[in-house]
Amino acid sequence: MKYTLSILVENQAGVLSKISGLFSRRGFNIDSLAVGVTADPTVSRITIVANGDEYVVEQLEKQLNKLIPVIKVKRLIEGEFISRELSLIKIHCPAAKRFEVIKISELMGAKIVDVAVNTVTLEYCETVEKSATLIDLLKPYGIREIVRTGTVAIDKGKSSVQG
Amino acid sequence: MISGADIMVKCLQAEGVDTVFGYPGATICPFYDSLYDSDIKNVLVRQEQNAAHAASGYARAKMKPGVCVATSGPGATNLITGIATAYMDSIPMIAITGQVRSDLLGRDVFQEADITGACEPFTKHSYLVSRTEDLPRIFKEAFHIASTGRPGPVLIDIPMDIQQNTVESFEYPETVNIKSYKPNTKGHAVQVKRAIELIKSSKRPIIVSGGGVLSSGAKLKLQKFAEMTQIPVLSTMMGIGVMPSDHPLYLGMLGTHGRRCANKALHITDLAIVCGARLGDRAIASPDQMSERTKIIHIDIDPAEIGKNVKVDIPIVGDMNHVMKKLVENIGDFKINDEWDAQVKDLKAHYQSKISTFDGYVEPRTLIGKLSSMLKSKAILCADVGQNQIWCANNFRIREGRFFTTGGMGTMGYSIPCAIGAKLGLKKRDVVVVCGDGSFQMSLNELSTIVQNNLNIKIIVMRNYRLGMVRELQDNLYNGRHSATILNDSPDIVALAKAYGIDSACVSSNEDAEKYIHNIVESEKPFVLVCNVHPDTPSIL
Ligand SMILES: Cc1ncc(C[n+]2csc(CCOP(=O)(O)OP(=O)(O)O)c2C)c(N)n1
Ligand SMILES: [Mg+2]
Repeated sequence: MKYTLSILVENQAGVLSKISGLFSRRGFNIDSLAVGVTADPTVSRITIVANGDEYVVEQLEKQLNKLIPVIKVKRLIEGEFISRELSLIKIHCPAAKRFEVIKISELMGAKIVDVAVNTVTLEYCETVEKSATLIDLLKPYGIREIVRTGTVAIDKGKSSVQG
Repeated sequence: MISGADIMVKCLQAEGVDTVFGYPGATICPFYDSLYDSDIKNVLVRQEQNAAHAASGYARAKMKPGVCVATSGPGATNLITGIATAYMDSIPMIAITGQVRSDLLGRDVFQEADITGACEPFTKHSYLVSRTEDLPRIFKEAFHIASTGRPGPVLIDIPMDIQQNTVESFEYPETVNIKSYKPNTKGHAVQVKRAIELIKSSKRPIIVSGGGVLSSGAKLKLQKFAEMTQIPVLSTMMGIGVMPSDHPLYLGMLGTHGRRCANKALHITDLAIVCGARLGDRAIASPDQMSERTKIIHIDIDPAEIGKNVKVDIPIVGDMNHVMKKLVENIGDFKINDEWDAQVKDLKAHYQSKISTFDGYVEPRTLIGKLSSMLKSKAILCADVGQNQIWCANNFRIREGRFFTTGGMGTMGYSIPCAIGAKLGLKKRDVVVVCGDGSFQMSLNELSTIVQNNLNIKIIVMRNYRLGMVRELQDNLYNGRHSATILNDSPDIVALAKAYGIDSACVSSNEDAEKYIHNIVESEKPFVLVCNVHPDTPSIL
C-alpha cells in the first residue's frame, strides 16, 4: 500500500536526518521525500510517500510523533488530497525530432524550458502517475537526465494539516 | 558576566542535582573547573560507560534524572552503551558531553566524534549547543523531556568554546514551551470506561505489570486495585517489585525465563490488563497467539508501544498513576469469581517445583530466596545479566525494596555501577549486587570507585567459570559446543577485591554463604562474596 504522510516539524538543524534515519532504522522504505518551509518560518513541512501495510504505517506515525521536533503527523486520505511532483526532463533530441517532442509535451501539458542543438528540456508539474506516463512517451527519444522534487500534497477543501 | 561552564553548574543546581557521575578530558575541563567550586559532587567512575549506568541507578533510586558527564571523542563514545541501556529501560538521564570548539566541528580534529549523530537511535532527544545563551533553555528542556512522558536519556553536547564564552547574566527559565512535545498524561475517559466494562464482564482477568508502574509511582495504586478486585498479578522483569513477592495475588515474572505459573496464568486468562509494559519478545514469545486467546487492555504512556508487539482491544494512552486512580475509583465492588480464584491458587501451589542441588557448591536460587530475609525490608538488589539475573528475578523475595536490572538492553556489567548510583541516591538503603563472574569482570574496575567514595555495597559474585547463560543456550541449541563461553583461568576474585581494599571471601555451600551474609550486612563496609556455583545449575527451575 502506498501512502502519503504530511509532517510538520520545527525548522531546526538535524530534523531531516532524524526523520530519514527513523525510516531506515526501522526498515521502512521511502519512495519520495520533499521538504519546505511553511507560512510560519519556524515550521517546515515534510511530505513523505512510502510503502507499507497498515501496521507499518501506524507504527511509523507513532514513532514519528515520538521525535521531539515533530509537531504533527497526518496520513492523507486517498482521493481527498491533491498531489504534485515537479520534474525536469532532458531528452536527446536532434532538430529532426524536435517537432514530435513539442507535440507530446503540448498534449501532456508539459512546458519546454530549454532547447539546444541536440537536447530539449521539459518542465512537468503533475501527479506521479502522469509524470510516469510522460516519461514513458519520451523514453524512445532517449532520456539524458531526470530531476524530480518528490511529491508534495495538500488536502482538498477546507481541511488542512495544522500544528 | 558568567561563563557557559558556570551556567551549566547553575542549571544543574537549579534542577536540584547533588551528584553527577563522570570522567574528565580536555573539552569538558571548563565545566569541571566550574564544578570544583560548587557543592555538586562528581563521582569519578573508572570508565564512562559506568558513569551512565551509575546515573541510571541513581535515577531509579531517586525517581528523577541521573546525570553523567564525559569528554568528547572516546569519552563520549564510551558513554553510548550506557545511554542505549537507559533508553531501552526507559530511565530518565541527562548525558553531558564536551565537544571540540564549534569552529572546528566537522573537521575531524583530535577527539572529535559526532556523538549526537551516533546516539540518535538511543536518545529521547539530543542537543548540540551552538550558543552559550541557549544553555539555560536547553538544560530546562532536557530535564523536562527526560523525566516526563516515557522517561529516557537526553544528550547535551557542548563545544568547548560554548563553555568558555561569557554572557551577561544567568536566569533559569521557570517553564518549558516545546510546541511539539506535550505528553498525554490523562487516560481517555471513554477508554477507561470501556476498560472497566470489559474487566467487569471478564471471567479470568489478570494484571501484567511492567516498569512503567514503578517509574510512574503507581505501585501502591496497582496493589490496591489488585486487592480490591482480587485479580492476580504478573510482572515483567522490569516490573519486579510492583508487588511483594510473597503477596498472595502475585504469580511472579512471566516470559521465556519466567515462572511457569505466571506463564500458565497468561495462557488461560480471558483478559490481560497490561500496565506500563511493552510486552517485548522476552515477555511474550508469541504475541499473535496471545491476542487470539485473550482480550487485552493496554495502558501505557507511550502510544507507540500500544499495538506494537501485541494486538490490543482497548488501548489507553496515559500515565499509570492517573489511569490506575480512575480504575480504582470506578471498578466498584467487582471481584473475580471463586472459580478463577481457586484456579489461581491451584496454579501457584501446583508449580512449586523442587530445586536440585550440587554438593560442594552454592545453590544460587535457594540462596537468593533467603537473601531478602537477611536484608532490611527496603533493600535494593542490583542484578546483572545472565543466569545470575534470572536466579534473582525469580527467587528474590522482594518486600518494600527495589530490584534494579536491565531488562530491555541486558547489558553485562550493569549491576556494580548501577549499585554505586543507587547507593549514592539512597544512602540509608541496603544495596546488594548479584552478578556473574563474566559480568563482574566487565565492571570490576568500579571497585575502586566504591572504595574511593566509601560506599557500603555488598557484591555477591556467582562464579561458575562460565558465561553461564550463553553456555546454557549452547547446551540447548548448539549440541553443547561451548564455543567461547569458558572463563577458566579467571583471576582470584578474593585477592583481587582485597587488592582494591575490599574485604572478600569465597564460599562453596549455602550454609557458609548465609553465615557470611549475616555478618557482612551488619558492617558499614563493602564486601565481595564469591559463591562457587556448579556450571550445570540451570537458569530456571
Ligand atoms: C555486554 C554484553 N555482552 C554480551 C552479552 C551476552 N551475554 C548474555 S548473558 C552472558 C553470560 C553472562 O555471564 P556471567 O556474567 O558469568 O553470568 P552467568 O550467566 O554465568 O550467571 C553473555 C555473554 C551481554 N548480555 N552483554
Ligand atoms: Mg558466570
